[in-house]
Amino acid sequence: MAHYGHAKSSPAHGGAHHAHPTNTGIDNRKLGFWLFISSESIFFACLLVGYLVYRGGYDPGIGPRDLFNIELTTVSTFVLLMSSLAMVLGVNAAQRNQARQAMGWVLLTALMGLTFLSFQAYEFTHFYHAGLSLSSSLFGTAFYTLTGFHGAHVAVGVIWLLTLLFYGRRGGLGADKADDVEVAGLYWHFVDIVWIVLFTVVYLVEFVQ
Amino acid sequence: MATAAKTLGVIPRPTAQTGFWSWVATVDHKRIGILYGVTGFFFFLVGGIEAWIMRLQLARPGLEVVTAKTFNALFTMHATTMIFLGVTPLLSAFMNYLLPLLIGARDVAFPRLNAFSYWIYLFGGIFINAGWLMGTARGAVPDVGWFGYANLTSVQYTSGLGSDFWTLGLLLLGVGTLVTGFNFIVTILNMRAPGMSLMKMPVFVWTTLVTSAIIIFAFPSITVALIMLMFDRAFAANFFEVAEGGSVLLYQHLFWVFGHPEVYILILPAMGIISEVLPVHARKMLFGYSVMVFSTALIGFMGFTVWSHHMFTVGMGPVVNSIFALTTMAIAVPTGVKIFNWLSTMWGGQVRFTTPMLYAIGFLASFTIGGLSGFMHAVAPSNTQQHDTYFVVAHFHYVLIGGTLFAILSGIHHWFPKVFGRMLDERLGRWSFGLIFTGFHTFAFPFHFLGLMGMPRRIYTYAPGMGWEFWNLVSTIGVFILAAGILVLVTNFIMTMRKPMDAPADPWDGRTLEWTLPSPPPVYNFAVIPEVRLRDAFWFHKHPETDEPALVYDPQAAGPIHLPGPSLMPLLLALGPTVAATGVLFLRMREAYAVPVIVAGFVIALLAIWGWAFEGEGGTLIEAGEES
Repeated sequence: MAHYGHAKSSPAHGGAHHAHPTNTGIDNRKLGFWLFISSESIFFACLLVGYLVYRGGYDPGIGPRDLFNIELTTVSTFVLLMSSLAMVLGVNAAQRNQARQAMGWVLLTALMGLTFLSFQAYEFTHFYHAGLSLSSSLFGTAFYTLTGFHGAHVAVGVIWLLTLLFYGRRGGLGADKADDVEVAGLYWHFVDIVWIVLFTVVYLVEFVQ
Repeated sequence: MATAAKTLGVIPRPTAQTGFWSWVATVDHKRIGILYGVTGFFFFLVGGIEAWIMRLQLARPGLEVVTAKTFNALFTMHATTMIFLGVTPLLSAFMNYLLPLLIGARDVAFPRLNAFSYWIYLFGGIFINAGWLMGTARGAVPDVGWFGYANLTSVQYTSGLGSDFWTLGLLLLGVGTLVTGFNFIVTILNMRAPGMSLMKMPVFVWTTLVTSAIIIFAFPSITVALIMLMFDRAFAANFFEVAEGGSVLLYQHLFWVFGHPEVYILILPAMGIISEVLPVHARKMLFGYSVMVFSTALIGFMGFTVWSHHMFTVGMGPVVNSIFALTTMAIAVPTGVKIFNWLSTMWGGQVRFTTPMLYAIGFLASFTIGGLSGFMHAVAPSNTQQHDTYFVVAHFHYVLIGGTLFAILSGIHHWFPKVFGRMLDERLGRWSFGLIFTGFHTFAFPFHFLGLMGMPRRIYTYAPGMGWEFWNLVSTIGVFILAAGILVLVTNFIMTMRKPMDAPADPWDGRTLEWTLPSPPPVYNFAVIPEVRLRDAFWFHKHPETDEPALVYDPQAAGPIHLPGPSLMPLLLALGPTVAATGVLFLRMREAYAVPVIVAGFVIALLAIWGWAFEGEGGTLIEAGEES
């Protein structure tokens, strides 16, 4: 099987996946996913540029300072950041073949992601009733698009994590599925890091005196 | 022996080896390459017919072959078709077919994703052209130029569906291209035959690597621009609504941050093809391999630093203009180096004037002219005079036809025997080259004069007495010569495909691994993956210069070969976003079922992803010599 010479083979795969030794020693899916993340970074960077250009576009309508509830968003941010910790523990448990614990941590991650999404749904509804819509001002357009795309990414992540739970419904997420958990983890951490940037640039900056 | 494919039992995994369904479900990079090639060539002909109608309209002053509105649709769709549906997929065909063969692999890293890229390209291509069915009079065909500048694209100015077809269609195409980019980078970095270090890879593989890197960093920018545009049109957002304070300049920046790297996406693989064809037909190693590789990487990087040279006339100020003028001029250095390397490759070689070689030499001559006029555009003050004139049209037709298309035609004639097992007829090949080369220069060179005489781009007619009549007529005559050449080319394809498959494995005395395989190669490519010791290993395997072997085949490595299983999931996954895009279109038409259609699109995509994940890679183990 070892056609690819010097490459070291990656650790235990199982199920439907075949162990492909690679030139770099990095699993194909992981390398592909890092490339995807680098591309997504540019995607969010471009959206962020759009937001920075338009963030002041509400005069004389309602602006960020009238709407943002920084305490509330801080709590939801905290939940999302802590979900990354749960994800790390989930990947770690899967790698150590603690299949049941891994299931638990992945479930917790998904629940925390759902919590974050609920906060965002509440926030969007609240802002909308306060008069900020996608069409009401440039600020509204840029705000909903940027944070909405991040929210959509979190939602995709939650669906992914729930799919992992289904995948491990018999026998849990053990070492044979550790790579599957790890790739989902890469995505989850990326979405989390994007939020750190968005929380800083969209919310915190408004409260800098 | 087959490993049981694990599915959830919704859609059975297809097993056909031949016939229609085997192509629909294929994950073989060679078949996907052929699909890309055939589809790309079809769209290339469509774009060509659009160009031909425009040249008929412009042959004499004051003609009324088409209406002004149709003309707008024609130049928009000509460019969009040629760039996104014709030339890029034709290059993709080469990359798909050749990449695994050149690096000694059995397939790309993600065979099913590869199929997905093709299907979403096909659907996007159909989607973006669907407006033709509704007609140009209702504004259903995109008609605001291939760059879709805001705020021409706002509902206020283009209330028809044309700009929606364009925006959504390009979003679909972008997804496919991005996925191709990830796939090829992983393939190149991870799947090389043992011993093939990065600096032993054929130059075409290098250009594919750099092109893929450009794709994954440039396409997000246009994706964001298109999403903003879609939100403006379908959801009444304000991104480019000037009345609300929207910035049309933001669109231009986002578009060209993608748009300029895009031209390197179009030319770098073409340069890769030339770098493979010239050494074979000059029977001499490529001159300055390392310089070639570093120039390619440098062009890829510098391609991201020059975008504002498309915007010299918007008033960014002398400092910004000067910076972008300088970066643009700097990019001519690595490009010029390549031209000299190619010339030096031929110098002292045993040059055989085969059809691929003729096209390659045609590339060198024509692309250099396009490069020189490009350099003239870089001079910001002079650019102000040339902006939006036919001089610019001359420039990009020289780099895209004289450059990319000639390279593609060279590559087609070079690799046709490998792909189809039949040699193209050399006599018809020389005729087609002669007609296409003459026709191209006859139609495109006059654009230089017309541009300097002040003829603006995108006008559908002109008054007599401007001094433009003669060169416009010459240009139209040139298109007829070019079309005759394309006809000879197609005739050659058809006649050759009717001949028996008798092409030898190595008709040109080739240098790279694909020529070690039978023509066409078996489904698993390599029965035994060779160990590669040298650059141009196959050449030195045939013509050794030392006692050291260039290629080593380890008989121990022979064994059952794993073939990934065919799958319908890529097609299904490509269908999801296409349905969702159609839903957005319905939203613009204020149809009640718009939102359910959008939701259905997402549901199809989600089901396809689940089907994809749970069916796994699947596949069969076969012995070499067995046809799967």
